[in-house]
Amino acid sequence: MQEMEEVEDLNLRYEGASAPVDTARQGAGRKNLRQLAGAAVFILPGLVLFLTFIVGPMLYSFRISFYDWKILRPELSEWIGLQNYANALANPIFRRAVINTFAYAVVTVPGQILLGLAVAVLLNQEIRGRAGFRLFYYLPVITSWVIVSLLFEYMFSGQAGLINYVLRDVLKLINKNILWLADPILVFVPIHLLGIWKGIGWTAVIILAGLQVIPEHLDEAAQVDGAGPFQRFIYITVPLLRPTFVFLIVVLTIGALNAYISNLLITNGGDPLDLAHFVLTLMYEATFTRLEFGYGSAISYLLTGIVFAISVVQIRMLRRQVET
Amino acid sequence: MTIPFWYMFITSLKPQSYIFEFPPRLWPREVTLQNYTAALGKDRFGLYFLNSLFVAVSSTSLTVLISSLLAYGFARLRFPGREVLFYIILSGMMIPPVMLIIPQFIVSKRLDLLDSFLGLILVYVTMNLSLNTFLLRGFFEDIPRDLEEAALIDGASQWATFWRIVMPLSRAGLAVVTIFTFLYSWDEFPWAHVAIKETSKRTLPIAIALFQSQHLTEWGQVFAASIIALLPVVIVFSIFQRYFIRGIATTGLKG
Repeated sequence: MQEMEEVEDLNLRYEGASAPVDTARQGAGRKNLRQLAGAAVFILPGLVLFLTFIVGPMLYSFRISFYDWKILRPELSEWIGLQNYANALANPIFRRAVINTFAYAVVTVPGQILLGLAVAVLLNQEIRGRAGFRLFYYLPVITSWVIVSLLFEYMFSGQAGLINYVLRDVLKLINKNILWLADPILVFVPIHLLGIWKGIGWTAVIILAGLQVIPEHLDEAAQVDGAGPFQRFIYITVPLLRPTFVFLIVVLTIGALNAYISNLLITNGGDPLDLAHFVLTLMYEATFTRLEFGYGSAISYLLTGIVFAISVVQIRMLRRQVET
Repeated sequence: MTIPFWYMFITSLKPQSYIFEFPPRLWPREVTLQNYTAALGKDRFGLYFLNSLFVAVSSTSLTVLISSLLAYGFARLRFPGREVLFYIILSGMMIPPVMLIIPQFIVSKRLDLLDSFLGLILVYVTMNLSLNTFLLRGFFEDIPRDLEEAALIDGASQWATFWRIVMPLSRAGLAVVTIFTFLYSWDEFPWAHVAIKETSKRTLPIAIALFQSQHLTEWGQVFAASIIALLPVVIVFSIFQRYFIRGIATTGLKG
């Protein structure tokens, strides 16, 4: 009797195994219940965490974005409908932040991909001691944003920063020290450079993986036909890397639109007159400094909407021409 | 590529008066360890280091455990709603992480998890769940079923099969999860910054960010502290680098 049950267990729970036992037995309901019970141990812990800390918060945040939310006495919050959203969209500081954020994405995404491609191609040539190299180009990737932001802030310091020194005294390109960090536009130079620099290693690894899958015979055939290395690169390698590029563009864009630590630390919150904000640093300030939780939630949902829309557009546009 | 790091290292060895020396040099005139001693002595830095260590190790172990359970459930077990559930969990990867900070803060407040390591750990685990479950499911599916089927026929329970057969065979996948999560927890700043206000519970990224003071930022110490903070990361990476690279490559290929 025991054995019969266990065989039944096997058949019920194991994918692809055919069930020689009579499946009309006791109806599907009981079977589902048993499957659920068996799977519960495995699924529940993760599911509970996911619901508590991701799904729940998302729904909650959505809800409070429609209120003038009082974090200290939530029961006093007033319903204000779309007011938070309207306020954000009308606010010139918010609009400026959106522009800044977009600019960051437009600069850093191609930057990371191009430089990552260069590094990947270099690494693809079999150089000895490659494993030792890895730490070097990976160091920016695994270092905390906090550390590298402070580092760049230091290098771009107005008084005696390394960059000013190189530009002024070594390359003699400028006359006076540039006060990078005080200017609402120039402050983005270190921020963008940091964004690119930090991602190159990661991008290179992804591209490298994509390069490995390219069949060599295509390249060899082209060589036989007389194509030079540059031509082979443009006409064979790059097109075949298309899926990789699509993936990178989408993922890097999402990351770029969500950037904020570097901005927070380098500009100290929007720098002069709130002109240098990213959308998320603005959200952070609104929420945790001014305690406007509803407004902050609205901003974050606006950003999520933008990110989502852009991702969808990108995927549609880029996938359309993939050749098999 | 590494010039910035070299510069940081050199600066950490310079005495304070040379920090803004002009012209800035890429080789120190005078080498001193006083930044290191100051940073270590300052304000319970050692404590913050241990805090980070505790949080990172706990988050990593818990993530490995819970995401493998989840991944195994999705890879091998059959139950109603399995596919839907998997995609829901997967969609977690697409949510902009910082967007969750506000509501996670509110939820943690309700659950009395603020200013606690548990609060940090649980959120860290959750944030890593989607990606790691996705990765591990892939690894588990690649293991030939015969081994598990043999065990089941011999009377082993699902749990025993999971624990004694599948897990040991998945070392590579588990290594990937370990290193991803460790690095994440060690370096993480946004959530830690928001959730921990009590000084004694601070983690390293918070401590380093705070070095940037209102008056004179002591860059030498900032960088000394940063170098110290980087050591575990470098060590863990060096040990696990094969898996790390493989993990990233897999994400890209399956993406």
